[in-house]
Amino acid sequence: MLRFILTRVSLVIPTFLGITFLTFILIRLVPGDPIEVRVGERGIAPERLAQLRHEMGLDLPLWQQFLDYVGNVLSGDFGLSLITRNPVLDEFVTLFPATLELAFSAMLFATLVGLPAGILAAVKRGSMFDHGVMGLSLTGYSMPIFWWGLLLILFFSVGLGWTPVSGRLDLLYYVEPTTGFMLIDTLMAGEYGAFRSALQHLILPTIVLGTVPLAVVARMTRSAMLEVLGEDYIRTARAKGLAGRRVIGMHALRNALIPVVTVIGLQVGTLLGGAILTETIFSWPGVGKWLIESIGRRDYPALQGGVLLIATSVILVNLLVDVLYGVLNPRIRHAR
Amino acid sequence: MSTNLSSTPSSPDSATPVPATSIDTTPVSRPPHPLVEFWYHFKQNKGALLGLVVILLITFVALFAELLAPHDPNIQYRDAILAAPVWYEGGTWRFILGTDDIGRDMLSRLMFGARLSMMIGLIVVTLSLAIGLGLGLVAGFFGGMTDVLIMRFMDILLALPSLLLAVVVAAILGPGLVNAMIAVSVVVIPHYARLTRAAVMAETGKDYVVASRVAGAGPLRLMLIVVLPNCLAPLIVQATLGFSTAILDAAALGFLGLGAQPPTPEWGTMLASSLQFLQRAPWVVTWPGVAILVTVLAFNLLGDGLRDALDPKLKR
Repeated sequence: MLRFILTRVSLVIPTFLGITFLTFILIRLVPGDPIEVRVGERGIAPERLAQLRHEMGLDLPLWQQFLDYVGNVLSGDFGLSLITRNPVLDEFVTLFPATLELAFSAMLFATLVGLPAGILAAVKRGSMFDHGVMGLSLTGYSMPIFWWGLLLILFFSVGLGWTPVSGRLDLLYYVEPTTGFMLIDTLMAGEYGAFRSALQHLILPTIVLGTVPLAVVARMTRSAMLEVLGEDYIRTARAKGLAGRRVIGMHALRNALIPVVTVIGLQVGTLLGGAILTETIFSWPGVGKWLIESIGRRDYPALQGGVLLIATSVILVNLLVDVLYGVLNPRIRHAR
Repeated sequence: MSTNLSSTPSSPDSATPVPATSIDTTPVSRPPHPLVEFWYHFKQNKGALLGLVVILLITFVALFAELLAPHDPNIQYRDAILAAPVWYEGGTWRFILGTDDIGRDMLSRLMFGARLSMMIGLIVVTLSLAIGLGLGLVAGFFGGMTDVLIMRFMDILLALPSLLLAVVVAAILGPGLVNAMIAVSVVVIPHYARLTRAAVMAETGKDYVVASRVAGAGPLRLMLIVVLPNCLAPLIVQATLGFSTAILDAAALGFLGLGAQPPTPEWGTMLASSLQFLQRAPWVVTWPGVAILVTVLAFNLLGDGLRDALDPKLKR
């Protein structure tokens, strides 16, 4: 078991180094000297430029700069934001819970709706319901989510006035962030009005971000169920007279869930990518919106650090799913 | 293009013809041409047919946008700013789908947008397919260190959320349609590389490949003429689905301001540039979105249908 986990972890290290190298190189590809970009129109004396370049280590060979960068990153130093002068890591850590809260609730939505829909579609294969689920999920999968978000805002927020247009919490409330998860923080503070408001703010972004994963989960569940329902042991279970509900729930679903869990894990990347669009539409104060704003402000250290941190969290989640999968399924653990 | 390419995956049958034995004298009807067989399976899928029809329609509009569009997409009718579509109160047949915030005809802009989107899809798929196919062929064929190096690099690209990677690449190259296309292409290369590699590795061990190696075929011939045609089925499906990803991601970049720049009538850019009129004139936002959704959905339907028709495991 320990060996399995160690192998998986060691496989991640080259990927992490690769991502670090990629972000390092990408920022070097930005046209213009980093200092001149920072000084902008004002210009700078050549002696001062050389001095600054020396201080920042920009006159060193590229490989040495890269090693320094890796060293800094490993010790938690992701540089300073050009605009706010705060450490990039601090900014990221303050904003990340908002993105995580949104991503969690989107995943929950996708699973809670997608799983039953997929199971029912498989059980009632060929029915109107099945066709409906498949049609809707393909539509959801093809949805430009930035447009979908605007439509929902237009209908539910502007038209019906049911949900707020943007943000995480009504301006009436202020809750001291402790966990950074608004739903938990408001509950801990005992502010039920604020909790309600936070929940209302979460609904539309959750639907928008959860649409694509919902479609994927529903399709995957359906096809996994169909495959399992054709197996011999299902026929045996039916033959020995078990109730249909029990066959589906106990025998089929448990085996169909294995690929579905993997797919849910793999959606984390999609979620964090989709968060860029969702957060921009709903002015959700998370890392996605922050990254887009950093691009607009040409804040390259923030962009570099943010990309590296997001990629690292995707790698970590995938590693976690991988390990969990091995724990749950001995066949995978002993495969290699 | 789909019907043209789709004959190839069945080519192993035609490449290794079974010699007719003289003992068997009963007349055997000839097997149907692979294309005929493909079409037989494909047309069973009504969704895929619908997708194909929609794609043909959009392609027609894209090709003949100049003739079909009622107005010039860039002319600003100052007398008809934010004019409503024809079925709204006060809407006229002059602007069927209404006009945008500076009085340009929506329908004409959408038609020219179709041209851009189809072009984006075509260029992105061609570019990423060519590079991904090359990398996958080399990795699968030579194996060893080459394989490890290429596939590790592909894994790194895959570890980044695709839209994030596209956003970063577009941000570094600078906003613009061409750069957005490059960004989206880079993001999807690993998919083609992995598919090709897997297919190549599955094929190289087979007898017909060994036979042509023994017959003295060089590596290039083995790669491109012997192995490649038999790996095409999954790639055709992926390329079709790639159209939808490309159109969707390019529109997303346009929406974020990193893709095509106004006044280019790219659908995502159109949506973003008229965002503040969402409440006053919903049609400026609705129609570009509908156009994206319908196009992407059509390609996804077609891709699903192609997969079912080309995948021998699912046949019958």
